[in-house]
Amino acid sequence: MATRRQFLKTSALGLGGISIGLSAFKYVSDFTGLQQNAADLTVNLTRTPTYCEICFWKCAGWVYKKEDGSIWKITGNEEDQHSNGRFCPRGTGGVGMYTDKDRLKTPLIRTGERGKHEFREASWEEALDMVADNMKKLSSQYGPECVALLNHGSGGKYFSDLLKAFGSTNIAAPSYAQCRGPREVAFVNTFGELIESPERTDIRDSKCLVLIGSHIGENMHNGQVQEVSDAIDKGVSIITVDPRFSVVASKSKFWLPIKPATDLALLLSWIHVLINEGWYDKDYVEKNTYGLDLLKEHVKTMTPEWAYGITTIKPDVIRETAKEMFNASPAVIIHPGRHVTWYGDDTQRLRAVAILNALLGSWGRRGGFYNPAVASVPNYPHPPFPTPSRTWRDAFPGQFNLADETLASGLCDATIPAPTRSCSFKAWLVSGTNLINTLPDQAKTLEAIKSLEFIAVIDTMPMEITSWADVILPECTYLERYDTLRVSPHRKPAIALRMPAMEPKDNTKSAYWIAREIASRLGLLEYFPFEKLEDYLDWQLKQIGSSLEEMQKIGVKTFEREQDDMYFQPGEQHEFFTPTGKIELYSTSFAEEGFDPMPVYTPHPEPPEGYYRLNYGRAPMHTFSRTSNNPNLNDLMDENALWINPKVAKDWGLKKDQRIWLQNQDGKISNFSIKVRVTERIRWDSVYMVHGFGHATKQLSRTYGKGISDTEMITNVMTDPIMGGTGMRGNFVTFLTEKPEEVAS
Amino acid sequence: MRYAMAIDTKKCVGCSDCVVACQTENNVPIGYCRDWIVEVVDGTYPQLELEIRSERCNHCDNSPCVRCCPTGASHVEEGGFVLVTHNKCIGCGACIASCPYDARYPHPDGYVDKCTFCMHRVTKGQLPACVATCPTKCMYFGDLDDPNSPVSLVLKNRKHKTLIPEAGTKPQLYYLI
Repeated sequence: MATRRQFLKTSALGLGGISIGLSAFKYVSDFTGLQQNAADLTVNLTRTPTYCEICFWKCAGWVYKKEDGSIWKITGNEEDQHSNGRFCPRGTGGVGMYTDKDRLKTPLIRTGERGKHEFREASWEEALDMVADNMKKLSSQYGPECVALLNHGSGGKYFSDLLKAFGSTNIAAPSYAQCRGPREVAFVNTFGELIESPERTDIRDSKCLVLIGSHIGENMHNGQVQEVSDAIDKGVSIITVDPRFSVVASKSKFWLPIKPATDLALLLSWIHVLINEGWYDKDYVEKNTYGLDLLKEHVKTMTPEWAYGITTIKPDVIRETAKEMFNASPAVIIHPGRHVTWYGDDTQRLRAVAILNALLGSWGRRGGFYNPAVASVPNYPHPPFPTPSRTWRDAFPGQFNLADETLASGLCDATIPAPTRSCSFKAWLVSGTNLINTLPDQAKTLEAIKSLEFIAVIDTMPMEITSWADVILPECTYLERYDTLRVSPHRKPAIALRMPAMEPKDNTKSAYWIAREIASRLGLLEYFPFEKLEDYLDWQLKQIGSSLEEMQKIGVKTFEREQDDMYFQPGEQHEFFTPTGKIELYSTSFAEEGFDPMPVYTPHPEPPEGYYRLNYGRAPMHTFSRTSNNPNLNDLMDENALWINPKVAKDWGLKKDQRIWLQNQDGKISNFSIKVRVTERIRWDSVYMVHGFGHATKQLSRTYGKGISDTEMITNVMTDPIMGGTGMRGNFVTFLTEKPEEVAS
Repeated sequence: MRYAMAIDTKKCVGCSDCVVACQTENNVPIGYCRDWIVEVVDGTYPQLELEIRSERCNHCDNSPCVRCCPTGASHVEEGGFVLVTHNKCIGCGACIASCPYDARYPHPDGYVDKCTFCMHRVTKGQLPACVATCPTKCMYFGDLDDPNSPVSLVLKNRKHKTLIPEAGTKPQLYYLI
């Protein structure tokens, strides 16, 4: 149990300097009642609209300033479907991204060896010239396709346009092959449509929510967390499958403490039970699906008794939970999850998830999966992008044909010269993604970087990746810039504006400005016709009957759906975008590509004696490895801990808060130590840590050396043969109680 | 008029948004907090229970912090807000020692600070910052004298408890269980 004293003790290390006292309050007697809103429209305070950049949920909100012009607070915009007027801790603490004293301040050019973080300050002219000159030089030597972009977040859009105009489509975000890719491929090949972000899960009206390792609440996907809360109020039955007693497991009617890496066996046995007991939506399945008979035959032997031996979940629990889902159908969601690259057969596991939803008729139904709507906003016309003569796919002939986005890990692999490849990537632009702590197998990432002829990094903070840059271009934060409109799928079409609350700090610039300046140097300015993004926004908004001025006042504009098609209509004959036009229980595309058309369980390696499976996840106040140095969020959680079952701790003689080091199955020893958290909430065969700590960049003064990076311990990658996802949960660690010699001080 | 807060432990996920929203709303220096999260785990794997609570000043009806204050800085406002007048506080710490909830802390500017139930917002008809931002909507705030206020309604309909009731301070922070 964490006490307040401990909280103060651990968090009182760095004291801030803010000292605005609240003078005595005057009681106002004409108090008339409480509003349910968070907005504070006190006079003399200005507020500007934004949408958050601390994570990918992109909640729209308001930035309030104090009378001295500094940022006071950030709150949600009530009109926004992503946040409903309520920001999560990261969004609320977004101000720390602006105030962080460790921010990148001016362009830097490398002077020492790559990876040593030895730089000199440079002017923007010099830094931008260097990027453009290298792109031109390498393009003339190897073709423009030898330049790749790895990106995440809003800035990526401009660098994508830049690269496409330059002649390369080798553009990837780790959010695909390291995160949600398998679910997208699984659902596209079942229902013909993507899940997308925010997820189209109709949780607020769901009667039964099934979570396979998804730790909603710890993953603070704002609107989704809110909807789970609404559903709890309405009596939703939650079934959580997780070897760890997650926060949401504690709020569940059923917690299934499954043996790690066996989820697919459980899912297949649920399919077996639903079909054999007749607990499925017969009309829906008959009308809409393809392959029921094949599926029935396929799962014939996959009984709950069969699954019990694999998963340790008792047969009666498997049947009871299957019945629970059927009773709630079609208002039931077997949630597709988000970070699902676990064991290399992830697309097949997500296919089983999709099939369960199909049997229960939840796709296109209230309380299941709704049909999202997107606002239609025209883009300013520009010349067509040139057609590249080769793409990343040429590096993987015959592989990953079903991947519908570029693989960040694939770009990395294809950067390392190999005799089988005629050309490898020679230059990377990296925008807003700390690849070293994002891609598994760090040794390979570094090998790729070392073989590059040029690497430029655009970011707001020094990170592991910036240490490896030849040139660093410092971006201002989302609180200091305009960006393109947020146009995300949701129940109603909507747009949201981000505008600067503050001037860019130090010598930082917006990603749009940086991309346009590079474009200018490459003679590609026709692709960036607007000098200022706000002029583009105003043009764009006027095409849809709004204006920049209006959006500056309201922040979010929501439109009505053009058609009443959020759910399937009774009697509707729906055409699915699959080869058969039906929901494919049997995947014809998988069969054609030579993959199992229906999911097959294969056992995964288990930890050797004295080793434990390394599981990892999120904390609600942090995003990836990007926020651990944010002063406000660091104050809430300043390092991760290793969750260890008390029985294991006893075997090893480990005590609470003791510092240990980790060594994995390949002999990799952690850079730093981690605190032990002895807790009943974890199984004895696995350990758990929050992702995103263990930073090795000394320039991150608050977070350097705090905790262990799970990514550095992930040296065994199990690649999904279907779409190239990098399975990361097949790594096993053992404990070192003495400081290893090779570890840095 | 008697303001109170109820927090639903069945919905709270312990995300700390209440903590950071309070810090920004009230300019609480980094490293300090007026509210905080407590997690209590009960049982043995896999028979487990977890209670997560967002804790803060209980704005007690019988508040020892007010009684022991030598300067009158600690006082009660109409509506039950237990407050500290900063410029009357000499930072002696008697109130910190007297609080069974450990809800007060010494502000680096030399006075004792604590949760105010965001009285500056409440008197303008707004909810406390923590209640207004909570993504799980697990907090209810309002007037106990009004039977139709959100807090009255939820306390009427749900099983609840207070913390350390044996201290006899009559706390006005309720936990729905």
